Amino acid sequence: MSENTTTDQGMFGTHDTGDTSGYGGLVHTPAFTGSSERPYGSYFDEVADELERAYPDFADAIERVVVDRGELTLFVKRKKLFDVALILRDKLLFEMCMGVSGVHYPDETGRELHAVYPLLSMTHNRRIRIEVCIPDSDPHVPSLVEVWAGNNWNERETFDMFGIIFDGHPGLTRILMPDDWRGHPQRKDYPLGGIPVEYKGATVPPPDERRSYR
Amino acid sequence: MSNSTDPIIDPYAPSLETTEGTVFSVTGGDWDSLVTEIGASKEERVVVNMGPQHPSTHGVLRLVLELEGETVQEVRCGIGYLHTGIEKNMEYRNWTQGVTFVTRMDYLAPLFNETAYCLAVEKLLGITNDVPVRASVIRVLMMEFNRISSHMVALGTGALELGALTPMIFCFREREKVLDVFEMISGLRMNMAYIRPGGVAQDLPPEALTKIRETVKELRRDFQDNDKLLIGNTIWMKRTEGIGYLDLAGCTTLGITGPVLRSTGMPWDLRKMQPYSGYENYNFDVITADTCDVYGRFLIRMGELEQSLRIIEQCVDKLEGLAGAPVMVADKKIAWPSQLALGGDGIGNSLEHIRQIMGTSMESLIHHFKLVTEGFRVPVGEVYATVESPRGELGAHVVSDGGTRPYRMHFREPSFNNLQSTSAMCEGSLIADIVAAVASIDPVMGGVDR
Repeated sequence: MSENTTTDQGMFGTHDTGDTSGYGGLVHTPAFTGSSERPYGSYFDEVADELERAYPDFADAIERVVVDRGELTLFVKRKKLFDVALILRDKLLFEMCMGVSGVHYPDETGRELHAVYPLLSMTHNRRIRIEVCIPDSDPHVPSLVEVWAGNNWNERETFDMFGIIFDGHPGLTRILMPDDWRGHPQRKDYPLGGIPVEYKGATVPPPDERRSYR
Repeated sequence: MSNSTDPIIDPYAPSLETTEGTVFSVTGGDWDSLVTEIGASKEERVVVNMGPQHPSTHGVLRLVLELEGETVQEVRCGIGYLHTGIEKNMEYRNWTQGVTFVTRMDYLAPLFNETAYCLAVEKLLGITNDVPVRASVIRVLMMEFNRISSHMVALGTGALELGALTPMIFCFREREKVLDVFEMISGLRMNMAYIRPGGVAQDLPPEALTKIRETVKELRRDFQDNDKLLIGNTIWMKRTEGIGYLDLAGCTTLGITGPVLRSTGMPWDLRKMQPYSGYENYNFDVITADTCDVYGRFLIRMGELEQSLRIIEQCVDKLEGLAGAPVMVADKKIAWPSQLALGGDGIGNSLEHIRQIMGTSMESLIHHFKLVTEGFRVPVGEVYATVESPRGELGAHVVSDGGTRPYRMHFREPSFNNLQSTSAMCEGSLIADIVAAVASIDPVMGGVDR
């Protein structure tokens, strides 16, 4: 989840001309999502307590705990990720990891890349999520393939799409894009591409150049 | 063209010396000369490239096989041939337009993709409980019909790949009936974009319930054809029993869900365990098997057909009691404003609605214009919403930055994860069993590659 505290200005994403509606002066700040306070509600307190009990370094390893829309997210420091994952699997019985999804926040200096792991415990019928934030200049995260073997392809995909390097992965190569592809397509600084299309005399610009609403 | 003194010159099977060894390219035609050449080679191990155009690899899956004789020593999957950048594209369209993209991912289960995505968007908007009951019942109805049509392809093509042509004919006959229902309800047979954030695109047509009842009756009767043909059939059992073995430990560590997981005896079905769209209000059973093999997965899919029919019948009963109820959230800031109607050239905007907003209500026109061009805003946050698709857990990880478009959208595709088990299931088996094992995973490459 973004810790975005920057403000957005205007309605149409245009900053020069073109906005004649008067909305250009509007300023709105996206809601700040900080750390949640106890009690978290639902089974989340129990999960946090069990993890604290099973893992003495809890305070050092977990940066933030966020409970939002009925979901628990633990922000884990990357150097502790492997240990936390192992404890979550063996002690808290989160047997399944549902993959890893990357998110790129170019505005969050020092924590531009996020890796998000949704976990599932079939024993307790619980779900939680762990998230790691890393700087773009040093995009390394310990691989969790040794903990959940099924993360193999998912980590390759996240490497392919975001350039996050999973240290210790048995074969970190591109999986969806061709091997010789340049760049990591799902980063925000990677253009969508596309060409203008002419239809009955009018030209439709490619999607990433169309007027955007924010 | 074949020349007995120089067997290498063969227009259909030329060979090439490389540092890794001799590479044969077979493009059809004369297999005899190839077999003679390979037979003359001293190498025990042969690397064979199966796909991405091979008819039994379920679309564009490429399998790299290392063989010793007919035994498979190593299998590696090559994927990405159908990567379309849907996740990236969605970051450039508004939230409602996203539905038209996700529906094209796993093209055999479009309604599940739509539902997973819409559940995630609704969770972000905080309107999960505001979705009208009738909309949820229609969603369940459509999903269960979709489960049938998807399983029909899985069973039909699976049997076809093992050399049984008749089951495929039966399965596609049944699937056609389901697609007719989809066409009647949504106007489209595939990629419907019917389920929208907040509800569904349009209400059922008046004749729908009668037609659905008839279809259910026909399907229940016709499913017996395949039952009689395959269950207990000696040839079918020989090809499927004990093949593609993967136990519970293997499934958990590899993140395998769906029929493959249930074939280990684990009754894990999100419809029961973590109900969504009101699944807790339906009576149905979770089908399991304890054989961990292809035959078990086949039996599970056959069993799930009947369970889907049971759910559909309960949906129809519920819908009768909910006639005239809304199918979209009441909040006009979210509900898609168009009113669809059948016109001369198919389903489109209702002329009456257009006449009303154009002629009588300036406010409605502005509202319509704003919502269609700009879309609605979704509060900052991230969620993960799941549904039980025919292939397993389909999860949508959706991140919003408070704008009118998804900031990031990632699908946890069951096909993608399940396909990883190919190596675990096939290594050490015979080459012919790979076909059976891959068919039992039922990967859809549109979902794997997205």
